[in-house]
Amino acid sequence: MSSFNGIKRLTTSISFTKRFSLVIRFILALILIFFSIFPVLWIISSSINPSNSLASVKLIPDNWSLNNFYILLPSQGAAIREFSMNILGRDIFPHVPEGKFIFPFWKWWWNSIKIASITTILSLAITTTAAFAFSRFRFKGRQTMLKSILLIQVFPNLLALIAIFLMIAEVGDIIPFFGLDTHAGLILVYLGGSMGLNIWLLKGYLDTIPRDIDESAMVDGATSWQIFISLILPLLRPILAVVGVLSFIGTYGDFVLARILLKTQENYTLMVGLQIFTSGQFSLKWGPFSVGALMGALPIMIIYMTLQDQIVGGLTQGAVKG
Amino acid sequence: MTTTTSSEISFLKNLQSGLFRFLGLLAFDVVIIWFLFNAFGMEFYSLGTVISIVAVVVNSIYLVPKLAPLRWMAVGLALMIIFVIYPIVFTVYVGFTNYGDGHLINKEQALEQIQKRTYLPEEGKAFSWTAYKSVNDEYALWLRDEAGGGFLAIPGEEIVKVESGTSGVGELDANGIPSSIEGYTRLNAIQAATDQNLTEIMFGVEGETVQVRSPSEAAELVPLYEYDQISDSFYDIETGITYKNIDGTYTAPFGETIKPGFRTNIGWENFVRFFTSPALRGPLIRILSWNFLFPTISVLTTFFLGLAIAIMFDDPNFPLKKLIRTLMLVPYTIPGLISIIIWRGMMNPELGVINRTLEQLFGANAAVPWMTEAFWAQIAILIVNLWLGYPYMMLICSGALQSIPSELYEAARVDGASGWQQFRKITLPLLLVAVGPLLIASYIFNFNNFNLIYLFIQGGPPIAGASTQAGHTDILMSYVYKLAFEGGGRGVEYGLASAMTVVLFFVVAALTMFQFRFTNMWEEVSENV
Repeated sequence: MSSFNGIKRLTTSISFTKRFSLVIRFILALILIFFSIFPVLWIISSSINPSNSLASVKLIPDNWSLNNFYILLPSQGAAIREFSMNILGRDIFPHVPEGKFIFPFWKWWWNSIKIASITTILSLAITTTAAFAFSRFRFKGRQTMLKSILLIQVFPNLLALIAIFLMIAEVGDIIPFFGLDTHAGLILVYLGGSMGLNIWLLKGYLDTIPRDIDESAMVDGATSWQIFISLILPLLRPILAVVGVLSFIGTYGDFVLARILLKTQENYTLMVGLQIFTSGQFSLKWGPFSVGALMGALPIMIIYMTLQDQIVGGLTQGAVKG
Repeated sequence: MTTTTSSEISFLKNLQSGLFRFLGLLAFDVVIIWFLFNAFGMEFYSLGTVISIVAVVVNSIYLVPKLAPLRWMAVGLALMIIFVIYPIVFTVYVGFTNYGDGHLINKEQALEQIQKRTYLPEEGKAFSWTAYKSVNDEYALWLRDEAGGGFLAIPGEEIVKVESGTSGVGELDANGIPSSIEGYTRLNAIQAATDQNLTEIMFGVEGETVQVRSPSEAAELVPLYEYDQISDSFYDIETGITYKNIDGTYTAPFGETIKPGFRTNIGWENFVRFFTSPALRGPLIRILSWNFLFPTISVLTTFFLGLAIAIMFDDPNFPLKKLIRTLMLVPYTIPGLISIIIWRGMMNPELGVINRTLEQLFGANAAVPWMTEAFWAQIAILIVNLWLGYPYMMLICSGALQSIPSELYEAARVDGASGWQQFRKITLPLLLVAVGPLLIASYIFNFNNFNLIYLFIQGGPPIAGASTQAGHTDILMSYVYKLAFEGGGRGVEYGLASAMTVVLFFVVAALTMFQFRFTNMWEEVSENV
């Protein structure tokens, strides 16, 4: 269309149509934006709603307060409260949530960040080396392995949870460090699932790096490992960022496995915690939940927004390559 | 794997790395042997077997030169065998067994439990008894056999022959009954006869238990069932009925069973039940049709909305393009679980913001029964999934749109094609080539989208009259979950649920193969030299 701009400007009717279509598209964009951010606006609104209830129609509720944010700072709450009374002349935590209406947000959040980070780093190590072998070496069964790795991933793995649970329980009897209710055990299970689509993504990218690079290095007497570490790995940085971010987000957002393997409240990840917190009479706990949801979604939203172009690039590249 | 330039340095290097590898493998094997020793010691046979397989695989990868490339993925493969492949094998195996409530233990354990069952015979060795009671309502029994020997029987302790003066037993009276036992007071005949608890209590330890049979007699309990190894059946001594082993349950001719049953292979039974059982078939047809309808509509709606947005803003000069895209990406950036719970709150029929707004705008009758009526629950799920899914479609569509050469449009315009024609004849076909495989992937994902269905509404509202907990928005995956982990009135059925999983896998595998064909991914693997 853009190439016709010059001609279009010549006739007023076309410029009118164009402006009209621009306005229409703008209105549609506003509607769509409203659709996409409405739940976020609403959860912000509930987080400052002191009544804890789902029932709120106003974007900025009457008597809005930061009351629910108390769950983020339970130990400093009293001090902040006093401070606000003295300085603002207003109690910012008028009715503090207690008992079952409160949850250890930071503990859960830290567990999630910790597990997702360790899993991401280790799974990158596992998948990158594997993808390197698939891309650079020719060995018997290579294609079959590549295909099976992908096919295995589509097995509906809900029932496999029973086997995983029993196995982790038994492993824990021998090596308690990896047992049930441990983060190490959970990370191990996540790593087991890391050989999947990511290998394909990385292998696809590796295939685009010319093999001449390796071959010339090999002539100079470099081992495959040296080639991988000093030549290939730096070139992989863009795709590693994409795969790493996607793996981090995937692990951060998982709840089924974590729900089954983690037992005690202080070991929960944020997703497990929020899910269990909201089961039952969730309409009464809506205020604290919305604070947790908002703060829990924030790290991921920030990652996406800052790395938007790379992620979109990685995704569409995958899309066009298939 | 390494190039031998036949120089001595490279030989030394090889030797060094070989030694390193050897030592590493040795350390690994020592740990594995220690682990296996423990695993088999604790009778964790399946775990032990899996780890043994992993050990064999890892050792051969490092010792067989031909397998050297696999050294690059040894850790990944080992973890994959343990946490992905073994659980799949386990699931398939369980699909052919009756594993589930009432069949949780193995045959050995079941036999042992059944053989421990006892009953109080009408006749047989009997004692006369005297009861004692402590302040904490604990009971003790003084038993006398025909020979006049005295025994002290306390629940949970072995029954022992006691002389007066020992174990806190006081002086015996004329009938050979101690007047007192330390910590207990003697009950007189009337107290003992009217005591409600006394006949219920098992005195002694398991295997040698005495129970009060009548006001004058207490008797030792004897095993209720006699096991016949040849016919694998139990004979009930009290009633004279024979219970034969039928698929892991000892069953009498008239259908009574002995609990517990045991885990056993039952062949294709679960699969046959899945397809033919009337109790399952009723809800199954509904679930299956929704299982295909839901991903179809979801993929279509998300794709066309995403495509529409991508086309609308496929114009580098559009003002605020970047900001608009960022805001539209928001649903994609929130962890799915959080989004789904938020939508569950918003669509709550009584309190949710959507219904409250509808009521304010259009009156009290405008509220929509999102969670309670089958049709609206399905619509709600489709709306939520549209919200969750369209940003991804928008991204891949705008990527693919940019890869369509603009000369094609120019040529079409020269030939006088309208905008709609251009879309139909150029955009859509070329786009589908690029994003088609992703649409199938999205279909497969939604086909098993357990998280959405379960977190949003638990598959509800329930289908009336279904014997299992099936709901109107259940897909097979969530139905399987309910069968396996929630059970409801029927108890959990791992066996049936596993069989259904296997069937599901074949459906999804077929779709995946189709997708591969579509993408020519297979060929791509072979082409890439």
